[in-house]
Amino acid sequence: MANDLMFEKPLVELQKKIEELRSFSEQSGLDFSEEIRKLEEKADSLASHLYDDLSPWQRTQMARHSERPTTLDYIKGMCTDFLELHGDRAFGDDQAIVAGIAKLDGIPVTIMGHQKGRDTKENIARRWGMAQPEGYRKTLRLMKQAEKFRRPVICFIDTSGAYPGIASEERGIGEAIARNLLEMAALKTPIICVVTGEGGSGGALALGIGDRVYMLENSIYGVISPEGAAALLWKDSGQAQRAADTMKISADHIHSFGVVDGVIKEPEGGAHKDNEATIANVRETIVTALRELLEIPTDVLVEQRYQKFKNMGHYANG
Amino acid sequence: MLKDLFHKKKQRYATLTSQDVAERLGRTRTAPVEVSVPEGLMTKCKHCGEATFTKELEKNLKVCPNCGYHYTVNAMERILMTLDEGRFFEYDADMTAMDPLGFPEYPAKLEREMKKSGLKEAVVTGEGTIGGFPVVLGVMDSTFFMGSLGSVAGEKITRAIERAIAKRYPLILFTASGGARMQEGIYSLMQMAKTSAALAKLHEEGILYIAVNTYPTTGGVTASFAMLGDLNIAEPGALIGFAGRRIIEQTIRQKLPDDFQTAEFLLKNGMLDMVVPRKDMKQTLATVLELHGGGARGE
Ligand SMILES: [Zn+2]
Repeated sequence: MANDLMFEKPLVELQKKIEELRSFSEQSGLDFSEEIRKLEEKADSLASHLYDDLSPWQRTQMARHSERPTTLDYIKGMCTDFLELHGDRAFGDDQAIVAGIAKLDGIPVTIMGHQKGRDTKENIARRWGMAQPEGYRKTLRLMKQAEKFRRPVICFIDTSGAYPGIASEERGIGEAIARNLLEMAALKTPIICVVTGEGGSGGALALGIGDRVYMLENSIYGVISPEGAAALLWKDSGQAQRAADTMKISADHIHSFGVVDGVIKEPEGGAHKDNEATIANVRETIVTALRELLEIPTDVLVEQRYQKFKNMGHYANG
Repeated sequence: MLKDLFHKKKQRYATLTSQDVAERLGRTRTAPVEVSVPEGLMTKCKHCGEATFTKELEKNLKVCPNCGYHYTVNAMERILMTLDEGRFFEYDADMTAMDPLGFPEYPAKLEREMKKSGLKEAVVTGEGTIGGFPVVLGVMDSTFFMGSLGSVAGEKITRAIERAIAKRYPLILFTASGGARMQEGIYSLMQMAKTSAALAKLHEEGILYIAVNTYPTTGGVTASFAMLGDLNIAEPGALIGFAGRRIIEQTIRQKLPDDFQTAEFLLKNGMLDMVVPRKDMKQTLATVLELHGGGARGE
């Protein structure tokens, strides 16, 4: 269980003890059922105590958990007939983002998202889900294609940010993100976005202009990573835990700010404890929203999307 | 002709001296501190080391006569050197920031930034004319809070775009920004979405938008309105990029090219239409406006 999080340690140890007692009971033929029951009760209450009120930093660790469902898990888990489509038609195919067409609840959709890998090799190929300009340009190409056929667009957001490198800057990562923001704002077809893990800065926002935007319960969404904020604020990236609190990046905060439309529940202990249940929750939210959005005339839809983002901000008018 | 049309309306504009503009922008002093040329008879160029009479440097639009180094100019100076005869009608002059996150020391820092710069926020928006053509103009000022993009800058720019649409005036934004305003968290990120969405409307309406990138144009501003012009222009030597140099070096563990993230680097890579020296900027803008018949598609 190498992927357990630090704060889960007491619970993991307790569960280990229960397992040991159970196998000892089987081997020895002695009855420990009463002891086991008591320990299980204790584990349950510990779990609810542990997961009931997670700190922003604990949620950050969950959001980054390597066994959390990825975009491809969501797509394959909730859609049929998925065809992955490749390339930006200008430079290349960025594997940090996957995209394609599929059927969701019988409706053809264009579906895409940042893709993290399951192991180091895959993560290197996918740059840990940090896209370069051609990744965003691939999504834009497919969004314009979706618009042509009035096909809804679904975006999964899970990236610590756009890839910071020479090639990214040479090929205009700023322009690529900006172009997505502009085109998504005006796209004449419904857009639904879900922050599934890390929603890091402009690289996340570039897939985040939707008629409905949701966050998973333990996902994060911020203008800068906790580590980055800590480095700027206290010249110490080790203070990330403190920065996670200060920056108010957890789903409940972002929802209370009106920046996202809803928060999707995760199984106890996080999405990675039960991928199937998580995917089912996400599917249900998307399908419900999709059915609603398909009823709205396109011009009304686009104007509502504009007004929604226009209203984001806090200022004093003098 | 649009030019004639404008002349009929020109009473609406006050003709201001630089002192008037200064007062209008809430400045208590005309010469800004730090980033600008220091006061004193001579100024030593930070780039070539050559000493120049400060008066001569100012007459030369704060460009080193020896090497062409472009000093940072503040919003007021930019408005004076861009608009005809300093005629400027400011929008939303009194809008100020709030503290939506309850971020430690943010209100106090805002107060210090206001005192230091004489500005209320990182962008000044309004309207005036260039070569007789009416324009909506927004100028960012890096002397206020590094020109960071927060709710106020986002709202002022969005309103300026909406006014450009309503009046069918072209839009010109001079960008100068260290990036998003971290102290406003997710709200600052959303200003990229908001301004880009407004620009989508502007483009749909057939209205010209010129983005002029000046030192420094980075982070969230680069990934939104700085790169969305019909024409993207920059001043020579301007730093323009998305990710910070240090972050890139840490990530790729490799030395970056000398001209990395300069205006010339972006021009070479196809991200800019032109690099225009400050002395030619106003005339270039006027020519672009002329070529667009004033800057709005005929209805
Ligand atoms: Zn010089």
